[in-house]
Amino acid sequence: MAHIQLKNISKTFGNHTALTGLNLDIADGEFFVLLGETGAGKTTTLRMIAGLEKPDEGQIFIDGADVADWGAAERDVALVLQQYSLYPRYTVRENLEFPLKPKIRRIEPDEIKTRVDRVARTLRIEHLLDRKTDRLSGGEMQRVSIGRAIVRKPRVFLMDEPLSALDAKLREALRTELKNIQMNLGQTFLFVTHDQIEAMSMGDKVGVLNHGRIVQTGTPYEIYNNPRDTYVASFVGSPPMNLIDGKLVNGRAVMAPLNFELPFAGGAKTSGATDGRPLVFGIRPEDVYLESGAPVEARVHDVENHGVEKILTLRIGDAMLRATVPARTDVEIEQPVRFAWDPDKVVLFDKGSGISLRHAG
Amino acid sequence: MATAVLTTLDPNSRSAARGMSDLTIRNLFIIPTIVFLIVFNIFPLIYSLGYSFTDFRASSPAAANFVGLQNYRELLNDPFIWSNFAITAKYVIVSVVGQVIVGFGVALLLNRDIPLKGLLTTLLLLPMMLSMAVVGLFWKLLYDPSFGIINYTLGLGSFEWLSNPDMALYAVAITDIWMWSPFVMLLSLAGLSAVPKHLYEAAAIDRAGSFYTFFRITLPLVAPILMIAIIFRTMEAFKTFDLAYILTSQPTTEVISIRLYKMAFQEWQTGRSCALAYIVLIMILAITNIYVKYLNKVKER
Repeated sequence: MAHIQLKNISKTFGNHTALTGLNLDIADGEFFVLLGETGAGKTTTLRMIAGLEKPDEGQIFIDGADVADWGAAERDVALVLQQYSLYPRYTVRENLEFPLKPKIRRIEPDEIKTRVDRVARTLRIEHLLDRKTDRLSGGEMQRVSIGRAIVRKPRVFLMDEPLSALDAKLREALRTELKNIQMNLGQTFLFVTHDQIEAMSMGDKVGVLNHGRIVQTGTPYEIYNNPRDTYVASFVGSPPMNLIDGKLVNGRAVMAPLNFELPFAGGAKTSGATDGRPLVFGIRPEDVYLESGAPVEARVHDVENHGVEKILTLRIGDAMLRATVPARTDVEIEQPVRFAWDPDKVVLFDKGSGISLRHAG
Repeated sequence: MATAVLTTLDPNSRSAARGMSDLTIRNLFIIPTIVFLIVFNIFPLIYSLGYSFTDFRASSPAAANFVGLQNYRELLNDPFIWSNFAITAKYVIVSVVGQVIVGFGVALLLNRDIPLKGLLTTLLLLPMMLSMAVVGLFWKLLYDPSFGIINYTLGLGSFEWLSNPDMALYAVAITDIWMWSPFVMLLSLAGLSAVPKHLYEAAAIDRAGSFYTFFRITLPLVAPILMIAIIFRTMEAFKTFDLAYILTSQPTTEVISIRLYKMAFQEWQTGRSCALAYIVLIMILAITNIYVKYLNKVKER
């Protein structure tokens, strides 16, 4: 159990700046997901908490104690890596026993056996215990590697994209399993991923990382519905939020350079949303709907059928807009349709800074 | 088969103009080597097998008589030969163990980010590249009891390294360790750098101490390549001649190949020395085989 704080962390590798002024606060027992693109600095953050990397600047606190001079062993963290890092030439059992065997821990052989067996049961790898690790499939290896982390009750679990090398089915199954494990253990988890679905479905809190800076921290709901800036808006969600340039004129959203207008009367009032100010209108595809009497006409550019829903790409002039519609909606490519939006769901961003007006105030 | 492996000759080339085919060119390159091998290696090998069953003496005009297994019987019953083997065994163990400890140790020291690592490694490899005779001669000077630098540095006065019968073999082994540790180091370094870094990180996270990490992760992963180094060095040490011959001529340093040399070219017992050479060959084959079996077992794990 641990409360982790990162204060003003910076780190550079040669010419490359990995992190700049990073602040992070992970509460005890929280499932925190660090979300970002490849190269955003997620892994570096994780490795610094684990003690495998030292920050150039800033401090890391675990339960209030500055851990700058602590090695990986003293920090008592568990780390699950993307490449599994199982010890070759050993069986699954030997791998699971490994963290319990070093002398500093002194655990009775009976206790080791009980714990290994319990972990194996949790992860459903009991039948693999006597197998050599090089004869395992990817999913099995990752289970063992997670098992090696949970077998010894560390203070924090750090996971570096543990699911990204697995196929879709398995990823889904392990996602649920991991979340269950975390809830049962009640431990602090820091989970790093570039997959926003993982972040949304597992995290109690999500931190979005972009170019070595935390852009936004919040619950998945906040991140999704109230993105702090256009980066978060376009990164989180699949398909991403539609972002259209325009301004407010007399309670109507006038899109420019695109030539169309949408009603904005009664939309969520936001301070700073003055008439004529250059804005970016953000609208989630599911809040765009087709209606025969709707104000704007568009043509269907593309249809993606996802079973429960269809994702339409609408073409208005040269611009593309995504809309999620029920699967039973009958549309064809190049068919003219009319669409409207839900003004309450529109997020306004400042055109210059890209920051949401709700957050700016 | 042969034609499938060959690439076709460019029809416009000079060789083609001279009317040579691919096959002719291949033969031109390969046949001299094969002839050389047969004349200087295979033929003497077989011929000496024949001699080993005779009482032939290269120094006398007398014709060779077939004596059957007599040479072998006498050699294997000769306590002096066995003492030569015992000396050889002692030498092999001391020098190979020494080389593995020093070579692997230095490799462990070098297997980290240190400045001038490349230069350091190259310099450490130098002894290996020297000629045996040169090494023997200058270590003889280094060991010299009255003006040798070793005694001077260690403050041993006039300690006799090479003329002391109990010390001489160790002195030869030390020289061999100095010369060939770099070889073990080089192979170990290759093995060590092949150990994935993330395994060490995982071990650090799992709170394994450095000894535990070394014995549970490093050593098992480097073992196969270390084993290969040991095979090479054992074979070489078993055959050692030059160093021991140049450095000292104590009876306690008379390793088997020196005995063989004396038997063949000083006592001119050609037939008998051929038999001894075969006994040595069979022994080396046997030892190597044991190692290779073990190596395969290590690899399988």
